[in-house]
Amino acid sequence: MMTDLQGRQPVLQAKNIVKTFGRVVALDGVDLELYPGEVLAIIGDNGAGKSSLIKCLSGAYTPDAGELLLDGKQVRFDSAQDARAAGIETVYQNLAVSPALDIASNLFLGREVRKRGVLGSVFRMLDSKGMRERAEEQVKALGITTLQDMTQPVEKLSGGQRQAVAVARAAAFGSKVIILDEPTAALGVREGGQVLQMISDLRDRGLPVILISHNMHHVFEVADRVHIQRLGRCAAVVTPQTHSASEAVAIMTGAQRAA
Amino acid sequence: MKTHPPSATAPTGSAAAASPDRPDPADEFFREQTVAGRIQSVLHRYPALSPAVVLLASVIVFGLMNDRFLRPENLSLITQQVAVVGALAVGQTLIILTAGIDLSVGAVMVLSTMVMAQTATANGVPAIPALAVGLLVGLAAGAVNGLLVTRLKLPPFIATLGTLSVFTALTLLYSRGATVRGGELPGLLTWTGESFTVGGVRVTMGVLVMLALYAVVAYALSRTAWGRHVYAVGDDPEAAGLAGISVKRVLLSVYVTAGAVFAVAGWILVGRINAASPNAGTDANLDSITAVVIGGTSLFGGRGAVWGSLLGALIVGVFRNGLSLAGFDQLYQTLAVGVLVIVAVSIDQWIRKGRA
Repeated sequence: MMTDLQGRQPVLQAKNIVKTFGRVVALDGVDLELYPGEVLAIIGDNGAGKSSLIKCLSGAYTPDAGELLLDGKQVRFDSAQDARAAGIETVYQNLAVSPALDIASNLFLGREVRKRGVLGSVFRMLDSKGMRERAEEQVKALGITTLQDMTQPVEKLSGGQRQAVAVARAAAFGSKVIILDEPTAALGVREGGQVLQMISDLRDRGLPVILISHNMHHVFEVADRVHIQRLGRCAAVVTPQTHSASEAVAIMTGAQRAA
Repeated sequence: MKTHPPSATAPTGSAAAASPDRPDPADEFFREQTVAGRIQSVLHRYPALSPAVVLLASVIVFGLMNDRFLRPENLSLITQQVAVVGALAVGQTLIILTAGIDLSVGAVMVLSTMVMAQTATANGVPAIPALAVGLLVGLAAGAVNGLLVTRLKLPPFIATLGTLSVFTALTLLYSRGATVRGGELPGLLTWTGESFTVGGVRVTMGVLVMLALYAVVAYALSRTAWGRHVYAVGDDPEAAGLAGISVKRVLLSVYVTAGAVFAVAGWILVGRINAASPNAGTDANLDSITAVVIGGTSLFGGRGAVWGSLLGALIVGVFRNGLSLAGFDQLYQTLAVGVLVIVAVSIDQWIRKGRA
């Protein structure tokens, strides 16, 4: 069993993942380890295999070869539902929130809670109040101050607030791993900062986070380790302590070989 | 929202800005915008509000124009005239909430009606199973529409345009174009035409059945997970799918439910015209869409409330009845309904523009 220097076992481990589309090799034997309580950033140029890698981890793609280990046990995901059931939650770039529904409904979308007793079992009545309260607790526990009224429709929220809703949903149900795909891409400076704060809060609560981002500034501000994808392979794994952002970019573009 | 710095603290105090009795024209502009914005956001939150206001206003206006309008027998007549379209609008609302449309509404209704009637008369089946068979036919017709939309991925407009012709032809073939008169039908099938009187207003069972449909569907939409999924699928199917909702299953369930609702509307129709006629309900397709749209449900899906469609059906009923009492030609009624539809959709566009 692989462990890191402190003897920890990875929460999520990918070994030699291969994914091809016809003659195009998107992933050419990629290894990845995610340890408890860390933020692992994945960077790479367009076409380097970032999205394919994420989709293999989140169940959207099934790898052609290689294995996935969750808590040391081999797993196989045939759908995003499988990965979700195993405790891996993904926040997609397009957010996957329903604009017309309110915050609480969005947090519980697809996982609604019914009332107890006959009302719930026979009449299928939703426990709206209970869900609202739990949504409020969840948001407070995550330290998200930008969301106040759980009955607000999501379409009334700013981009950063919507991101907060999506992240809160992932954190509420993602018991093991949270994957964030370009969470700051559509946001302004201040809102981007709030989302970064939210990411480090998640880590502080012990939830490991995989962060995909183009923004080197954000990556080097929040990540503990940086996985650099290049041409379908992992070119290097660096840390902000050992490498600067420009060195990471150099590895990413192939201008510099990983040391 | 832009704010203006108080003129007193403005570093370069120009004379015009400092003068308190000359309001900044820009201020007024922004204040106006917030009033409109506030109306927009209230309408956005309560989609049934604008039809409710329109209904109330039209009742008052027609009541003032003609004192016969508010008499109990006239009000009762309006509810009876509205019952069939009102019931159809329940199913149509469900479909429009998913950003679909159903053009086969009337055809499904009449097909189930004829099956009910023939099963009970020509085939001599007892009334209750005959009614059940009719409902099953509606359900099956809805399933056909639903499968065309979810499996063949046809746009709902095209799928139901096709089934409109298919179901209409099947109805005429099956019934050989013959009407079954009310006297031949068992009492259960014409029961929806029976009535009782409350405070001078005659209420038919058909109206009660229609209200029951509204109550059940309103409950399902607002209080169950299924209802939230219907809204979510209509709002953004991709997002709903990523959230773990089976979009196809929700869509299919909506079309099947709507089919059953159309069959119930057929039962109301039998009581209303005291017959089962293969030629009834030809206007029903567009009338049901009209009611839903006037009722504030968005054709883009995901926004609206089923009670709004009842208001929409009532508005159309009140306009037709009121204009006819006021002595206007029937063509003016049609014209007025057309204008209402255009206004309603324009308001919807405007409300949607204000989102974000």
